[in-house]
Amino acid sequence: MNLPLVRLLVDRLVGWLIVLCVMLAAIPVLVLLLFVVLKGLPGILTPGFFTEPPHPQGVPGGGVLNAIIGTVEIVGIASLLAVPIGALIGIFLSEYGRNQIGDTVRFISDVLTGLPSIAFGIFAYTVVVVTTHHFSALAASIALAVLMLPLILRATETALVLVPQSLREAGLAIGAPRWRVTLEIIVPAALGGIVTGALLAMARAAGETAPLLFTALGNDTVQTNPLQPMGALSLTVFRNALLPYQNVQDQAWAAALLLVIMVAATNILARIYVRRIQR
Amino acid sequence: MSRGTATERVVPTPLVATSRQRRLISGDRIFHAFAYAAAALIILIALVFVVAVVIPALPAITKFGLGFFISRTWDPVRSQFGALPAIYGTLVTSAIALVIAFPIGLGAALFLAEDARLRFLRGPLSFAIELLAGIPSVVIGLWAFFILTPLMRDNVDPFLQHTLGFLPIFHGTASGYGYLTAGLVLAIMVLPIMIALSRDVIRAVPRALREGSLALGATNAETIWSVILPYARVGITGAALLSLGRALGETIAVTMVIGNTMQISSSLFASGYTLPSVIANEFTEATGTIHLASLFYLGVVLVLITIAVNVVARLLVWRFAGSEPMVA
Repeated sequence: MNLPLVRLLVDRLVGWLIVLCVMLAAIPVLVLLLFVVLKGLPGILTPGFFTEPPHPQGVPGGGVLNAIIGTVEIVGIASLLAVPIGALIGIFLSEYGRNQIGDTVRFISDVLTGLPSIAFGIFAYTVVVVTTHHFSALAASIALAVLMLPLILRATETALVLVPQSLREAGLAIGAPRWRVTLEIIVPAALGGIVTGALLAMARAAGETAPLLFTALGNDTVQTNPLQPMGALSLTVFRNALLPYQNVQDQAWAAALLLVIMVAATNILARIYVRRIQR
Repeated sequence: MSRGTATERVVPTPLVATSRQRRLISGDRIFHAFAYAAAALIILIALVFVVAVVIPALPAITKFGLGFFISRTWDPVRSQFGALPAIYGTLVTSAIALVIAFPIGLGAALFLAEDARLRFLRGPLSFAIELLAGIPSVVIGLWAFFILTPLMRDNVDPFLQHTLGFLPIFHGTASGYGYLTAGLVLAIMVLPIMIALSRDVIRAVPRALREGSLALGATNAETIWSVILPYARVGITGAALLSLGRALGETIAVTMVIGNTMQISSSLFASGYTLPSVIANEFTEATGTIHLASLFYLGVVLVLITIAVNVVARLLVWRFAGSEPMVA
């Protein structure tokens, strides 16, 4: 092998540039996580962080109980709305959707996926907040449910399409009607993919801030009624960061760490679940 | 696999439909109806969505019309509103994001899809990129607000001014908040999409082309440049456009570092505004009806731009990869 020196040098150079790109892409992740953990850990370990609502400004201590309850409740209600409907639309796409209607649904779902998250907030603001004259956690849940819907239905469709055709034929051949074949053979076989899709959508929703600004609005007291304004971890991070008090900012870092832990835990759960199903 | 079907007895089917079969058929009908109803529901949601985004903006649309797009005034006191500074800020920050994320993302994608060196890095690297994609934007915003902004103000901006200060884009005093910082944050946020999509597109290049090129004596770099990139060009363009779509609509992280000033400045150090950050920032302060409606008008503009970018991008990626992109 004797290449002209120039060609050899260019080849090496490109090789190192590619490695440089990889490092430039990976460094922000590491730096970001490092800071969130270092700056958030002291706050999370403060007594009362998980058990108390925020104290009035200037009073030390306090926690984010209001926001934890808010995030769990808002995402919980959103999932109750989005997961069954999303899964059903996914089933439709995979089992009945090779037609014009299916293509329309796919197109709409792709457009929804690409929309900025703040648009979902505007949607829920008009549909729920304006009509009920009230900011509420329910409005936030509806915004997040519509945001989750395309993620869940696409994951469901992808999982269902991967189930071998022979399973469907076997089910039909022993006399089972199509709906039982779908619900008792195809869906269980694809459950790993569907659950993963739902979990990833929940993780995505839990981290969203923009849709909550005009819907849940935020609340410094503990609120469990979904028809009332409610706090959320992402809102705590956003609002506290912009306030000029050290202890409030520390709480923002701690809430951010908690949010990252929740999102990461959901992601890992999804991976473990897939692995267990595949075995 | 399933619980019900295994125990079901297989009965030879008579030619005339029995009552049991009729029940089964009607079960199918019901299920069919449910599935179609769900599909109809999302179409309905989409229609309501469009109406719900446009309705609150109507007072501003009727008052300002298309002049909204070219007006530079944003004056809540005199109720005069125009979108140009916000549109400008959105385009500038997204352009910066793409200029940074495109080459880096493409390089990283080539590494993940092509490179035979350092194979052991692929797993952890893919994991790190998925991790970055999963980090909520408000957390990235928090980090940028407290860590990146001072770094830009004290080190990066003065350095750029010192070395490239003759360019008008690097004039003026640097506060750390502004287009450049926001663009950098957006670049970090769109990198995972850029990398994942271009990796898939590059992997879809037929093996035979690659091997043919190498067999003819081309080096790896020459194969990338004259075989892989030309073949994957359309798909990579699609990946870049999808990243752009994401950057245009990103709200919270940008709001925290852009400086939130309604102005148009040629300096990248200057603070500005983007379409979504105006909405997020001024919503709670908006008092007058027309101010609120103008914010929603900005929302309409934003939605139109992102839909256009996304539709073009998806057409390109599909045409190339033949399947839908898995990362969104």
